[in-house]
Amino acid sequence: MAEPEESDPMDTTVPIVEMNNISISFPGVKALDSVDFRMFPGEVHSLMGENGAGKSTLIKALTGVYKIDSGSIHLDGKPLVVTGPADAQRAGISTVYQEVNLLTNLSVAENIMLGREPRRFGVIDWRATRARAAKILRRLHLDIDPASQLNAHSLAVQQLVAIARSLDINAKVLVLDEPTSSLDADEVAELFRVIKGLKDDGVAILFVSHFLDQVYEIADRLTVLRNGALVGEYRIEEILRIELVHKMIGRDIAALDDLDSKTRAAVADADVGVPFMEAVGLGRKGSVEPFNFYINEGEVVGLAGLLGSGRTELARLLSGVDRPDGGELLVEGSPRKLRTARAALKRRIAYSSEDRKREGIIEDLTVRDNIVLALQADRGWFRRISRKRQDDLAVSYISALGIRPSNPETLVRNLSGGNQQKVLLARWLAIAPRLLILDEPTRGIDVGAKAEIQRLVSNLAEEGMSVVFISAELEEVLRLSHRIVVMRDRKKVADLENEDVTSGQVMTLIASGADA
Amino acid sequence: MMTEGSASRDSDTESRTRTLLRTATHSRLIWPILALVVLLAVNAIYSPGFLSIRVQDGHLFGSLIDILRNGAPIVLVALGMTLVIATRGIDLSVGAVVAISGAFALSIIGDAPDPNSLGVVLLAVGASLVFALILGAWNGLLVSVFGIQPFIATLILMTAGRGIAMLITEGQILTVASAPYKVIGGGYWFALPASIIIAGVLFALVAVLTRKTALGVLIESVGINPQASRLAGVGSRTIIWTVYVFSAVCAGIAGLMISSNVTAADANSAGLWIEMDAILAVVLGGTSLAGGRYSLTGTLIGAFVLQTLTTTVYSIGIAPEITLVFKALVVIAVVLLQAPRTRAGFAKIRRRQALTASPSKATVV
Repeated sequence: MAEPEESDPMDTTVPIVEMNNISISFPGVKALDSVDFRMFPGEVHSLMGENGAGKSTLIKALTGVYKIDSGSIHLDGKPLVVTGPADAQRAGISTVYQEVNLLTNLSVAENIMLGREPRRFGVIDWRATRARAAKILRRLHLDIDPASQLNAHSLAVQQLVAIARSLDINAKVLVLDEPTSSLDADEVAELFRVIKGLKDDGVAILFVSHFLDQVYEIADRLTVLRNGALVGEYRIEEILRIELVHKMIGRDIAALDDLDSKTRAAVADADVGVPFMEAVGLGRKGSVEPFNFYINEGEVVGLAGLLGSGRTELARLLSGVDRPDGGELLVEGSPRKLRTARAALKRRIAYSSEDRKREGIIEDLTVRDNIVLALQADRGWFRRISRKRQDDLAVSYISALGIRPSNPETLVRNLSGGNQQKVLLARWLAIAPRLLILDEPTRGIDVGAKAEIQRLVSNLAEEGMSVVFISAELEEVLRLSHRIVVMRDRKKVADLENEDVTSGQVMTLIASGADA
Repeated sequence: MMTEGSASRDSDTESRTRTLLRTATHSRLIWPILALVVLLAVNAIYSPGFLSIRVQDGHLFGSLIDILRNGAPIVLVALGMTLVIATRGIDLSVGAVVAISGAFALSIIGDAPDPNSLGVVLLAVGASLVFALILGAWNGLLVSVFGIQPFIATLILMTAGRGIAMLITEGQILTVASAPYKVIGGGYWFALPASIIIAGVLFALVAVLTRKTALGVLIESVGINPQASRLAGVGSRTIIWTVYVFSAVCAGIAGLMISSNVTAADANSAGLWIEMDAILAVVLGGTSLAGGRYSLTGTLIGAFVLQTLTTTVYSIGIAPEITLVFKALVVIAVVLLQAPRTRAGFAKIRRRQALTASPSKATVV
């Protein structure tokens, strides 16, 4: 709290960033429509809005990734003309994107210093490179070897490395797009400490997150966008959460209340007969220790645990994506070997990866192609789904899931993250799965879409589909699941019926032993 | 096309989008087509009879027919190459396969008691194509099962292949006179050279096969994002294997055509550098070497641009020592004009002109 609270910097300071009347269009979408946006030095500014509201587009306009169709951008009072991210960086605007864009096969130090390596006699001075990288890492209190290869580290650490990279440049404006979506609580606290430090140095920080708690904890001011248009700019203390959510989604909040009261599907008709799937001593060295697991028809099982606790790894063993090296898997009582995702899909078991970009969507194909892909793959290349049936499927899922833009022929790369997630979901639903494993389906997604996906999951379960639901958000897991499986240190540590389970209890299970 | 519920606000952007899309898809092929037209025009100026086609003994003759006929092997090889490249691969071994298939067919025919027997020729053709299929399966095995990079995997056969052809011909240039075999590369069906018909039928077959089945979209899916395709249950191994087998079979047919046309099998020079021509044809046709979206029509045009270029070099009397430089200049011009950056630049100019032409329609500047 070093800033003068009494006087609003709005009155005294000149904005460091001023964007006026910004408009940008893409094929089929008007992404931004005459939006104004400004930031002051030494503030944390939060950009709020649903998926497709235009947050990412605005950021990309600021950082020179997209060219603006009209409007003006001023940095430090001077007109800013940037031709690309590198150019923006030189001007003092650094960005860490939602999906970490780093080179995982290079070392940590190389990633931090890439393109700005200290040189001696015209060649890169590796010793100095590592030393400088180490210094930045120390500033972040990140205790890792700068010479180690980046992909040896968890996604969370990679994220911090991405931030370290942008810290090295003397940034006037630091853009953090969903920086906390893959961080656990300690890492978030660590990040916030760093953000506060930078703020005191006078850096303007643009913080984009879907976690309202975090926004209220760190932000000084926020700007709300909806459908590519500006809703308003507010000081954090002058807007209540409920008002904010209302402004973001622009629809009645009763819908959200309804979600809280009734998301969990009516508990599956007791434990009758054989579970849909059962795993006995299933495991894989270096991935997950042998575990037992079962899921009944129409049941939602939540997987809780920290990042790297083995929840994703467990899911991948159940769905044929990774091969177990021991144990047995039974589907409806008979032992099955699911050697590939394809084999699992044949048994109507689908796995939706947490890594949407690398393992999910096919960016350069259309929404229609993406939706029918798994169904088509299952039928084999020879038996093509007729064009009419493809169109029907695409149109029905687009309207059922509210995918925007609604044109099935749009390339998926032109959709926002949340809409891409919905397309992915439609792909799995199209094969009518018996068991759907959703790994972080709501990550990086706004309140509205999140609620829709949660409601969808509970409806599907009521119709008899089994769902394994993985999420870093404990509240979400608790709200949706009939049973909760807790993972810690690559081991399954608990399997609870979700009756009167509190997040505190689960938290204890997740954490206990972690310190020992 | 528009789905219900889209507001009138969208219809304006919608229609603009569609025209934009149309120009984009058109402009992808516009430059190779233009190059082809320009080359043909240049030829027509230098040799006045160039465009004329005459009938003689019920057969069509003329320079255009020659271009089609001589271009047939490149078309075939490039056709297979397009699908391989669409899966993010490359097939360097096609030239070697051309040499092997020609050598194998001629050695069978040469060893037979009656080289003019149709049965012998059919057997030779069938055996060569099976041989090519096995070679393609070998490439596919290395790439899809063992995960060797396509460049390296097919480099093995590219290097070893001519040795295999040499073993078949026992180091000689095989020359065999066989009337039925001669038809493949030098004969006529329905007034047209048989090689044109063979290439045309195969092209149509592939076009239909990739569009009427899901092969095309699955190939693109694997080419754009192999990992995501795997999780979606796409049998990428089968698909990758298929395209290498297909590429080798195409090269095998091209090999039969070339050896039939010259009635000889030369292990050293048959199909030499044809892999480079094929890759060039694919690239000229607008398919990216990074895989993903491909265009068969583009490849066809690309192959004919290359073939016409060769003809042009002779007809306008370019000195042999600068032939390759001349070819390179034309190719580089077309490739540059197609580059995304250039296309974006043209699109901008067009937009600006459209705006000045009808300022009333300019809703967004």
